[in-house]
Amino acid sequence: MEHPPPIRSFLDKTADPDNVVINIGPSHPATHGTIQIVAELDGETVKRADVHCGYLHRGFEKESENQTYHKVIPYTDRLNYCSALNNNFVYAEAVEKLLGITITPRCRVLRTLLCEYNRIADHITCVAASVMEMGGMTAFLYMMTVRDYIFEHLNHLTGARLTYSYVRIGGLARDLPDGWLARLEEILQFAERYLERIHGMLDRNRIFIDRTRNVAKMTTEHALYWGFTGPTLRSTGLAMDLRKDAPYLAYPELDFEVPVGINGDNYDRYYVRMREVDESISMVRQCVRMLPGGPVSVDDPRVTLPEKERVYTEIEALITHFKLIMEGIRVPAGEVYVAHEAPNGELGFYLVSDGSARPYKLHVRSPSFVHMGGMHTLLEGYQVADVVPTFGSMNMVGGECDR
Amino acid sequence: MAMMEYMTTKKDELVGWIRKFSLFPYPFVTACCGMEFMAVSSTLYDTDRFGAALPRFTPRQSDLLMVVGTVSHKEAPILKRVYDQMCEPKWVMAFGACATSGGFYRNYAVLQGIDKIIPVDIYVPGCPPRPESVIDAIMMLQDKISRERHPIFPFEEQQPVKT
Amino acid sequence: MVYEAVIRELGGLYDRTWDSFGMLVLELRAENLFALVSRLRDEFGFRLFLDVTAIDYPQRSPRFDVVYHFYSRDHNRRIRLKVPVPEDRPEVASLVSLYGSARFMEREAHEMYGIEFTGNADLRPILLYEGFVGHPLRKDYPMEMEQPIVTYRK
Repeated sequence: MEHPPPIRSFLDKTADPDNVVINIGPSHPATHGTIQIVAELDGETVKRADVHCGYLHRGFEKESENQTYHKVIPYTDRLNYCSALNNNFVYAEAVEKLLGITITPRCRVLRTLLCEYNRIADHITCVAASVMEMGGMTAFLYMMTVRDYIFEHLNHLTGARLTYSYVRIGGLARDLPDGWLARLEEILQFAERYLERIHGMLDRNRIFIDRTRNVAKMTTEHALYWGFTGPTLRSTGLAMDLRKDAPYLAYPELDFEVPVGINGDNYDRYYVRMREVDESISMVRQCVRMLPGGPVSVDDPRVTLPEKERVYTEIEALITHFKLIMEGIRVPAGEVYVAHEAPNGELGFYLVSDGSARPYKLHVRSPSFVHMGGMHTLLEGYQVADVVPTFGSMNMVGGECDR
Repeated sequence: MAMMEYMTTKKDELVGWIRKFSLFPYPFVTACCGMEFMAVSSTLYDTDRFGAALPRFTPRQSDLLMVVGTVSHKEAPILKRVYDQMCEPKWVMAFGACATSGGFYRNYAVLQGIDKIIPVDIYVPGCPPRPESVIDAIMMLQDKISRERHPIFPFEEQQPVKT
Repeated sequence: MVYEAVIRELGGLYDRTWDSFGMLVLELRAENLFALVSRLRDEFGFRLFLDVTAIDYPQRSPRFDVVYHFYSRDHNRRIRLKVPVPEDRPEVASLVSLYGSARFMEREAHEMYGIEFTGNADLRPILLYEGFVGHPLRKDYPMEMEQPIVTYRK
């Protein structure tokens, strides 16, 4: 080989010579991104596994130290790209906490609605991709249709199908267009019909149960020791959810329950995600009912761009606009850690500011990275063919894992 | 002589027709564009209409390498290896802004465009590109494939005929 | 409740304490870290290790600040620890024996900043690759300095 390998596995030296060491390489069919698993096999059983991530490291933290606070927003989109709005909102809340801004009630409820809407999209992507890897193309095609309608709908709102960059510090980019809420209800009914079909196809399917029951089991102790959060932890039976424990945005006013599993195996993770989609659909409907009127961005000259008519006619508005765009927002010095319940688990942003217009340090506590740290314990002892469903049920999103 | 030229252009058209409608992509999926790749292969925007539906997940059996998403420096040797393992004829599509030129990442970790390490036939801009862009790109690639010459006689290389 | 208990009982192990938007922050020296964290985990139930990272202050004398975050399920509280380490000896005790999730996170902090975690035998690069020279998230590493593995064509 012409170039040196980019990783070094401990299995090179410590593997038993009678066992085979295989490489489930970074470019593999499981469409969940670039993870390399070097596994030591005894026949079909995985004896030890060495998980290597980092093939999608894009230097998010270094980039964000060189951009202004608004310019970081598109970078945060690309972290967990299946549910980009969740990442946007955590970042905006961290900056708003340092600035001391309270967002408007309409913005609060809209952000909650969009968080749950994106959670639906993320969970159905995870279920669809993992079922497709097990061979069931039908679920994939149904769910991709639903997801495409969601994408087009959000395209109508934000301008982009996947990486929205819809949030602004202090609010949102723009308000809802006409007819958006009516179409939302249509999409939710469409999603419910298709989810019924998925339930009917998978819940009691002999093959699906054989492949996922009692595979990659874990206990709550094990999960907490290895740092799992989110649906993976809830599938073990512990109802730990940041939306209930430390409610943020409009979650204190919403009525929902937190689904938990029993065994902590792949089937439970699938079922917890499906139940969470049901809960999210009901939460979206509640948000639509309780959506108040009013402005969507807070009227603070430190962060909000003034309206275009004033910019073209008044000199102060022009100068404010110019300074906000060219220099950026000045955030007072301080540090803050904000965590939300992203679809994968606890997504935390640790922001350190030194008073200038660029973040001094912006660290992302990403759930997928920590899950990859513990995933080898779920692979060892099971068969090679179980690697793919287990990996799929973790919902490792490459952008979040490697940042 | 004109008959020979007619036959050879028809031969080129036939080979081009066969190749362009039976593309087997190898989706080298890394990042967010992968979501759009999944969307473009499924029901609403379908690549099966163009013959490019069945992804072959080994490079030996595929002929279109779709590099979907950001390629970092750590991933670059893997990409080069996969490209080298593919057999002729092969085409490369750089899907997305990050594969084309590094996207908006200009730092120590991102390869600034895959054409620094492998030759690329078609670039699809967008972050991520809309599925219609991808379908447009597949159609343009099919036009490019159908225009390729496959000379077997000496006179074909000396006097190429444009169709 | 639990914050007062932590401040009271772990009095000798930390130097300063303050509140950051509702979260308790303790600043301590590197030699007290392992003892403090074991007591936090066993007595106060901070069983979920969230994060370890570092901040680089090139003008300041202990150059790095290693930052830890923990979460306690029973009390529903988070806590942050900050450990200043100097540039010539950036060593901190590793928490691998207490938390399994520390493996990957300490590897990342090591390769990005150069913090040595004594006790963690496996400090291979995780997000970067073998052969990468330098620690990119330090302030003196230029952002656009690439170290390609594959030679460019043309």
